[in-house]
Amino acid sequence: MKNEGEASEQPDNTAFTQQQLPAWQPILSAGIVIPGFLIIGLAFLGIGIGLFLTSQTIQVLEMDYTGVEKDSPCFQCTIQSVQNCTCEVTFSLSALFTGPVFFYYGLSNYFQNFRKYGVSKDYYQLTGDTQYFKSPRDVCFPYSHDSKNNPIVPCGAIANSMFNDTFELYQIINGTKKKVPLDGKGISWWTDFNIKYRNPSSVNGSFASAFDGTVKPINWPKAAYELDLTDPNNNGFLNQDFLVWMRRAALPQFRKLYRRITEGDYAGGLPAGNYSLTVHYNYPVLSFDGRKKLVFSNVSWMGGKNDFLGIAYLVVGSLCVVMSVVMLIVYAKFKFSDDDDA
Amino acid sequence: MTWTNPLTLLRHGWTRHWNPDRPVRTVVSNLPFEDLKKREQPNRRYEGNAIRTNKYRLWSFIPMNLFEQFHRMANIYFVGLAILNFVPVVNAFQPEVALIPICIILALTAVKDGWEDFRRYQTDQQLNNTPCFIFSRKQMCFVERRWKDVRVGDFVRVLSNEIIPADILLLHTSDPNGVCHMETANLDGETSLKQRKVVPGFSSLGEPFQPQTFDSTVVCENPNNNLNLFKGYVERPDKRRTGFGIDSLLLRGCMVRNTDDAAGIVVYAGHETKSMLNNSGPRYKRSKIERKMNTDVLFCVVLLFFMCLIGALGHAIWLETFSSMPSYIVPDSNGNYTPSVLAGFYMFFTMIILLQVMIPVSLYVSIELVKMGQIFFITQDVELYDEELDRRVQCRALNITEDLGQIQYVFSDKTGTLTENKMVFRRCSVMGTEYCHEENVVVPDRKLILEVDRQMASIQTGPYLDFFLALAICNTVLVSSVTAQRQRVRVNVADLAGAERVGDVLRALTHSTKTRGGETLADPFSIDEDESDGFHSSDVSDAAGQKVISSERKVKSGLSGSEEVCYEAHSPDEAALIHAAKAYGFTMMERTPHYVTVKLPDEALLKFEVLDILTFDSTRRRMSIIVRHPHTKEIIMYTKGADSAIMERLGNVFSVKSEAKQTAVKTQRDLDMYARNGLRTLCFAKKVISEQEFRAWSAVRQEALSAIEEKEERLMETANFIESSFTLLGATGIEDRLQESVPETIQALRRAGMQVWVLTGDKPETAINIAYSCKLLEHEDLVFTFISVILQSLCKMRLEDTLGELRRSMLPPGADHQFRGYSSAFTGPLMEPSIGLVIDGPTLSMAMSDELVEQFVELCKHCRAVLCCRVTPLQKSAVVKLIRQKLRVMTLAVGDGANDVNMIQAADVGIGVSGQEGMQAVMASDFAITRFKHLQRLLLVHGHWCYSRLANMVIYFFYKNVAYVNLLFWYQFFCGFSATAMIDYWLMIFFNLFFTSAPPIMFGIMEKEVSDSTLLSLPELYKRGQHSEGYRRSTFWIAILDAFYQSLVCFFIPYWTYNGSDIGIFAFGTPMNTVSLFTIILHLAIEIKSWTAVHWVIMIGSVLVYFIVTLAYSAICISCNPPSDPYWIMHKQMADPMFYLVCILTTVVALLPRTFFTEILLLWSEKERSANGSKLYTG
Repeated sequence: MKNEGEASEQPDNTAFTQQQLPAWQPILSAGIVIPGFLIIGLAFLGIGIGLFLTSQTIQVLEMDYTGVEKDSPCFQCTIQSVQNCTCEVTFSLSALFTGPVFFYYGLSNYFQNFRKYGVSKDYYQLTGDTQYFKSPRDVCFPYSHDSKNNPIVPCGAIANSMFNDTFELYQIINGTKKKVPLDGKGISWWTDFNIKYRNPSSVNGSFASAFDGTVKPINWPKAAYELDLTDPNNNGFLNQDFLVWMRRAALPQFRKLYRRITEGDYAGGLPAGNYSLTVHYNYPVLSFDGRKKLVFSNVSWMGGKNDFLGIAYLVVGSLCVVMSVVMLIVYAKFKFSDDDDA
Repeated sequence: MTWTNPLTLLRHGWTRHWNPDRPVRTVVSNLPFEDLKKREQPNRRYEGNAIRTNKYRLWSFIPMNLFEQFHRMANIYFVGLAILNFVPVVNAFQPEVALIPICIILALTAVKDGWEDFRRYQTDQQLNNTPCFIFSRKQMCFVERRWKDVRVGDFVRVLSNEIIPADILLLHTSDPNGVCHMETANLDGETSLKQRKVVPGFSSLGEPFQPQTFDSTVVCENPNNNLNLFKGYVERPDKRRTGFGIDSLLLRGCMVRNTDDAAGIVVYAGHETKSMLNNSGPRYKRSKIERKMNTDVLFCVVLLFFMCLIGALGHAIWLETFSSMPSYIVPDSNGNYTPSVLAGFYMFFTMIILLQVMIPVSLYVSIELVKMGQIFFITQDVELYDEELDRRVQCRALNITEDLGQIQYVFSDKTGTLTENKMVFRRCSVMGTEYCHEENVVVPDRKLILEVDRQMASIQTGPYLDFFLALAICNTVLVSSVTAQRQRVRVNVADLAGAERVGDVLRALTHSTKTRGGETLADPFSIDEDESDGFHSSDVSDAAGQKVISSERKVKSGLSGSEEVCYEAHSPDEAALIHAAKAYGFTMMERTPHYVTVKLPDEALLKFEVLDILTFDSTRRRMSIIVRHPHTKEIIMYTKGADSAIMERLGNVFSVKSEAKQTAVKTQRDLDMYARNGLRTLCFAKKVISEQEFRAWSAVRQEALSAIEEKEERLMETANFIESSFTLLGATGIEDRLQESVPETIQALRRAGMQVWVLTGDKPETAINIAYSCKLLEHEDLVFTFISVILQSLCKMRLEDTLGELRRSMLPPGADHQFRGYSSAFTGPLMEPSIGLVIDGPTLSMAMSDELVEQFVELCKHCRAVLCCRVTPLQKSAVVKLIRQKLRVMTLAVGDGANDVNMIQAADVGIGVSGQEGMQAVMASDFAITRFKHLQRLLLVHGHWCYSRLANMVIYFFYKNVAYVNLLFWYQFFCGFSATAMIDYWLMIFFNLFFTSAPPIMFGIMEKEVSDSTLLSLPELYKRGQHSEGYRRSTFWIAILDAFYQSLVCFFIPYWTYNGSDIGIFAFGTPMNTVSLFTIILHLAIEIKSWTAVHWVIMIGSVLVYFIVTLAYSAICISCNPPSDPYWIMHKQMADPMFYLVCILTTVVALLPRTFFTEILLLWSEKERSANGSKLYTG
């Protein structure tokens, strides 16, 4: 029970409490929707044409070098017993491959997105924290210690499975091989190289001593501090190839940047002619039906070659136009029948 | 408040266990044992007065709250998932991270519960520490203590306007008559005073109360929650027993009024008091949508199961394809690989963790929020606010708002619900002469006044005087003293004051008439001329009119003077009668148990000694008061009652003396006329009892009163004995006017497809009359009447006949009226022959017997309106239950009185009208309104809105979760079914928690599909809710299908765009997350029909929040959540034009079908509408 002096129960008479706020009621009448569909359709057609044409200008050269077929150059390397196998893949360009040319290696049926694989790395190790060199985190298991219980650095399945084929590219001019300089700088993400990954600080001036008491990953031919002995900035965890590999691919068919061709005579691209690729074949994929390939590509503002998006825009654009026509017909029919009735 | 902690339960259980040996409670005074230890106290087994309604204590809060929360299915699901995540072989995320959602939900709920509980604790403390007076033997007086110190057996004194601390047996009051008034507003909201009497033999007039001398034993029932029943006796040391009943019990929580102080012995304390036992917490009803929703949640579970199964099988098969394990498959510790079948089995559980959002657990939290918002807007509606009572619509049940939009049957009470229940004295018939009164106020009839004056002047007695005396004293109205006038807003204070002022004016008028009366005697003819057409206030002659005005001014200025008398009437009928008597100058001035004082028109006071009061009961249907006339010393009994209850007990009717017979016949004729006009009739009669007769009867009566066995029956017998051979005085016709807009409301409800039933206790004639005037029945309706069918076989026959007739008339089948929306507006009411049914209580009980019930229900299905008269409260609820169960329809019951409580509780939605008859109906209801007409807006507007809002929101929620979760599912086909998420786990949590949670909640609270004016003008739109069109199984599946389609688009367009490229996992997930957000938000935007500023802010805000949070997160989080590394991904993506191209294309493709079909449907319906319009136009 209330006293008379108390405030009244009367609700506030405001637009909000009375649910009478000024409101915009979009009326999707034919007069708006049909032109709307038409405009969207036309705009999409425009974008689609632009994308498609851009995509057409991008040159791509792909070569499978897995060596499944007997006549393929790398067939001999697929035989298990062969060590340090090298094979040579040749190709010829009939026209200039405009630069800058990006040189990728590609893998298929390779599931870098497998969940347990993705978990299997120790971030703290990779920031150069030597404490985790002694005892890698459990997530790396079973790639955290070798059979003698020595800690593995860098630990984990991702690092362990690092791609280790290497390539050399030669242009064949009059029978002689001219080495095409490959630029390995800056092929990884800037943030990975500069912020995320850190090398351990050198002990007594020796970078290798920082890794004392640890062993290299089982599948690696050499330790992390030996990845690039020529360039200390490209060594250890900051090795560009290592960084590229550590950024896991989203889909089982992927390519990763290997090098760019930006220097010397080839800054403007690969001129027409015959080329030879020397492949140091180390990485096994046949056991799981995988494929390895080499990709040369140049890029545009939309990245690599991508016909799908352009075509999709074209299809959807025309679909919108068709829909607007259908709606127009339906609308006109109703209008007419109305007129008849009236 | 319902919750009792285990300890109390244990204690209760123990007491209960202990009690059966002693079906009664024995209480002795605590005083002789005051110094003894607790163990030796005689009343130690009874609960103390301290109450504790809070659930938790400080130390037990966390375990108990968690225990409680884990009773909810949703939380168990969450915890199950979190635990699953700790099992290494099946975990999908970082185990700690997976705990976040459950922790957030548990913490929020715990904070809410803790806060509520703390407030309960505070209230309890406040109550427990309220001061009160307990008698102390040491100090030989009442000393101030706290409520919590009160124990059973203590003597407690309560002063005026204080709240009673426990259930106290009244032993002493300051009132010389041993009565005490109590206001029960805190208990049942009733503001009228209840009178309580001291246990007979303990009221020692004027003496101070001396508890130390109390040596008797109180024996009473064990605690129960019946507020109106209490039995027991006081046994004195000499084994004399004095009985007492509820009228000697002061109830905890009530307030003592008009009595300086009252004292007594505590019989029940604390949780055992009647008010605490009555405290059942808020009502929990499950709404229809929620029931349906739960089955759809089950569908989601099934869907989830199959998705996980696909994941498990897929994983196993995928593993089987490898002849030797590739380097990306991680072996276990021994370098072995898990067998693929086992890995698949594990994967099943991992998938459950990954796809957990499929089960929309957040839906339950969101629904609670939405309903809070809906209730806020309902209670804020100014249209539903009653200025007169200063009361808005109350929502007492918090979770059935949307049921208001699905009502199919409305059951209404008549009195006070359809009608005002403000009784207006309209007509009276005295000694066979009929007098009519003005509509609004009691304007005395001049002829009647003359008659009264004539009798006053001449003989001081006579039937006219007796009639008004009976009006004035034959009731239970209390006069509240002016000094104790309470400060409060009373339901009818304004009216009473108004009536009173009018009464005063009229007294002045009477006075003027009287002076004119003097002239009249000199010249009678002029007056006759004047009054031949009856008296109308507007016709007051100019001279008189001026006087009225001047006197009115005087009255206004002197309104707060001491002359003011305020009546506390139990029923509005009594108030109307006593005010009518007052208008004629018979003012009841005072009422005590032994005397009643009446002021006569000539200002003389008559003080009647009250010898006995035979209170009203529904079997006798009359009440009597036996008084001794102060002048003549005659013992007179005045009786009022229903016409049948009086007429058949008249004396002298069959004697030759034709005058009495004539009067009876004439009065009966008038009564019939009253009933036809829809007036409530009462008869007044008188009987003079001789001294010996009374003495003999009184002895029998006393015996009956002190009887314990068959007390009621014996009392009834004695009453029936004395109430006979009446002399008829007259009859009154009281009008209970229809509330405003009742016919319009009923018609609107009808047009909205609701069947309206009126259930009333009134007699058929009155009820039918009201039914016609409120348009429940219309004159062209085919009305079947089932009244006073005595035999069951007869009833059966008539039911069959009627049904046969109906079937014949239905043959041209216009019956299938499943038209919706606009079409039914034109076809429905025109084609359907409308059928009404009138049935009375006894016939109803026959019709509802097992053998006839099917036919009766069949008949009811055909009836557009049903009127049940003379039904009991129990029958009301039985009817509601019957229709609800047999026809499986949504029912709504609306009523205002205690007799409607059963019905209100039986219906799906119970609505209480807070009116003149106390608050019991309101207390039992889900929603409380003040006027019947509010029902129209409450159902047609708010019901419709709440229903469509909630239905749309629930559907949207299912869609949203499925659409989002399926992205993850499709990805499984490209990651070897290894339960990898391409979206950062934190972002997934944020997605549900921040980015997409506000829009649907806003949608559920604020969406306005149709404006209120349209809804009110086209009640047919309500049928959408009735047929559950907003939320059907098909709607659900369409939403799920659309979700599947959209998720496919949102996954595969980015997939085909990026396939074969060098994109990383989380860079691949970012555009997907973004397009999902756009799709989900824009999908809602298509559904929203009216955009206010709030909509814009929330919708655009959600998108902005997404980008801001994601950018900030991927800028800060260098490596916070392995294995995902969100660092700089969003920034990199947003710098790439491809990202935008993908987003635009995907969003458009995802929403294209929905937009297209919505548009086509819109065009279609436009055509339909225009076609209908033209048909109507030409036809």
